[in-house]
Amino acid sequence: MALKKFVVGCFEDEKVLFPAVSKVRKAGYKFHDIYTPFPVHGLDKAMGLRDTSIHTAGFLFGMIGTTTAVTFMTWVFTKDWPVNIGGKPNFALPAWIPITFEMTVLCAAVGMVLTFCYICQLAPFVKRHHFHPRATDDLFVMVIECGEKTNEEELKSFLANAGAQDVQTQVAEEGWWIGRYDQEQELYKEPNIA
Amino acid sequence: MSVTKYESQLREPLVNGDKTYGQVTQDIVNTIEAKPTRLWYIGFYVSVALLMFGVYSVYREVTYGIGQWNVNRTIGWGWDITNFVWWVGIGHAGTLISAILLLFRQGWRTGVNRAAEAMTIFAVMCAGQFPIFHMGRVWMAFFTLPYPNTRGPLWPNFNSPLLWDVFAISTYFTVSLLFWYSGLLPDLATVRDRAKTKLRKHLYGVASFGWSGSTKHWQRHESLSLVLAGLSTPLVLSVHTIVSFDFATSVVPGWHTTIFPPYFVAGAIFSGFAMVQTLMLILRKVMNLQDYITLGHIEAMNKVIVLTGSIVGCAYLTELFMAWYSQVPFEQDIFFKYRIAGPYGWSYWLMMTCNVISPQLFWFRKLRRNVLFTFIMSIVVNIGMWFERFVIIVSSLYRDYLPSSWSIYYRPTIWEVGFYLGTFGLFFTCFFLFSKYFPVIAIAEIKYVLKTTGESYKNDMSTLENKEVDEFVHEMHDHHEEGAVKVVHH
Repeated sequence: MALKKFVVGCFEDEKVLFPAVSKVRKAGYKFHDIYTPFPVHGLDKAMGLRDTSIHTAGFLFGMIGTTTAVTFMTWVFTKDWPVNIGGKPNFALPAWIPITFEMTVLCAAVGMVLTFCYICQLAPFVKRHHFHPRATDDLFVMVIECGEKTNEEELKSFLANAGAQDVQTQVAEEGWWIGRYDQEQELYKEPNIA
Repeated sequence: MSVTKYESQLREPLVNGDKTYGQVTQDIVNTIEAKPTRLWYIGFYVSVALLMFGVYSVYREVTYGIGQWNVNRTIGWGWDITNFVWWVGIGHAGTLISAILLLFRQGWRTGVNRAAEAMTIFAVMCAGQFPIFHMGRVWMAFFTLPYPNTRGPLWPNFNSPLLWDVFAISTYFTVSLLFWYSGLLPDLATVRDRAKTKLRKHLYGVASFGWSGSTKHWQRHESLSLVLAGLSTPLVLSVHTIVSFDFATSVVPGWHTTIFPPYFVAGAIFSGFAMVQTLMLILRKVMNLQDYITLGHIEAMNKVIVLTGSIVGCAYLTELFMAWYSQVPFEQDIFFKYRIAGPYGWSYWLMMTCNVISPQLFWFRKLRRNVLFTFIMSIVVNIGMWFERFVIIVSSLYRDYLPSSWSIYYRPTIWEVGFYLGTFGLFFTCFFLFSKYFPVIAIAEIKYVLKTTGESYKNDMSTLENKEVDEFVHEMHDHHEEGAVKVVHH
């Protein structure tokens, strides 16, 4: 396990989060990630992430489905076992449109979901370090990686000035491992918010 | 104001009450964390009992053969395929709501899409039973799959609409399931991170695939949902089109019509939305979710019902017109002698009343927003849509080309009815379990629209509008002057 040191700051409102993101970028700190309870539009651009190309994978898988269906049905009906159905042509392309279409959609959808799980490294029994339990509830959790030269205290006060609450340092594993949430994570306690 | 997008004040809020993100989580996850009510237990046990009866009915059919049903040589499809088409039709609303309304950017889908998608999956599960058990020798159902076999290999007939059905239904089920579950991942993670017991933490931890809410993951997730919606939109239209091909590519009078694909798709959306209404009205009451499934949601769905109901009515009249206009004696006999009149005339008029006449009451806004009336109408529509399939199948089959094969009046046996009741049991057992163990409303999606369409945020927006109206006008004025100067320069 490669442990790393992170500085974590939580935001309650997108209106505070966005200016903070651009401040952090300008100051030259390196984002580990921002964990949000729902998709915040424009946050990926603000963080400087590049666009995803997962839809290309969907297109490629769809094409695989189309060609598989057409070539298979052609082979079956013209080569392997041609059947004379009322003298109609063996290569009956219009009648194969429904199955070709269904196979295209099936391959594209299954392929894309598997690609998504693979590139995001999501699977059953996958365990990650979660920086804040409310990141899936109501907080936007900004995590900044500490390099060798990073001044931790400076970074912490910088985040607090940018509007972050509950700023803290955490040492954690970066990737994922096989594990159980009930054994490695604390159970939820009612928060003490007024 | 850079973050929140402008949303018209004329649209009513999608989330009622002054909610924060935390409260949204609390309200929706509460249905999982709280102990089920007595009503839930009663409903669940009744469903399981129905399911058991269905299992016994199927057991009789498998053991003694199709003879346990009253289907005969001419009415070979009877109740069984009627139920199949009915359930598949119901299964169309979920994907319509989650896919087509996503592409059309209809914000109101967020409140109902999760439960509607679950409904789709359960309805397709029920639908699939009927053609499979109609095969008689159900243990040979895998013969429909094109796999290399020892019989030649002998392949299925890819030109047959019945095989297209196999591909369409199984693809539809798989894609709906993937769409539904990929949308569930973030919400299951929310439940996981709030879990107060070890077992719940473990199970939701496994089920949520280690979802963390990373921005990069969200970006890919959004892209995935959009493409899956784009794929599901033609898919949902293709599935009922292919189901209608089962009829339309035959040469049976009353089936052999080109209007069938659009007519079946409209009917499917019609009956699907009716079932969504039935379930949502119960769900919002029992689970106390009136703030998320508002009268606005109900009204929007009722508008879809009146639209699709009118399309279906138009199709019924077109069929009658075409039968007369074609001057084909067989077509005319089926429609004018054996469908709207004759021994099954009552089912035709029941269908007409339920599907075409009664939904027209939804033109009145008061009735569209009346919960009790909507609930009754949703059941009326589903009865009507069941009879539509019954009319199509039975009234076309009982008077064939050959008078020697004309059949006597068809009545189902108790085991035929039991199979149908059993699928109700399966459907509601699944739905009750879903409502207990899964977030019935898409939590993340509600949070996403909360800041633009929540009630309190809408109110904030309108005060802001009033305050800055002068400033706004000035800005516009300045822009105009700049533009005018430019024109002069040119």
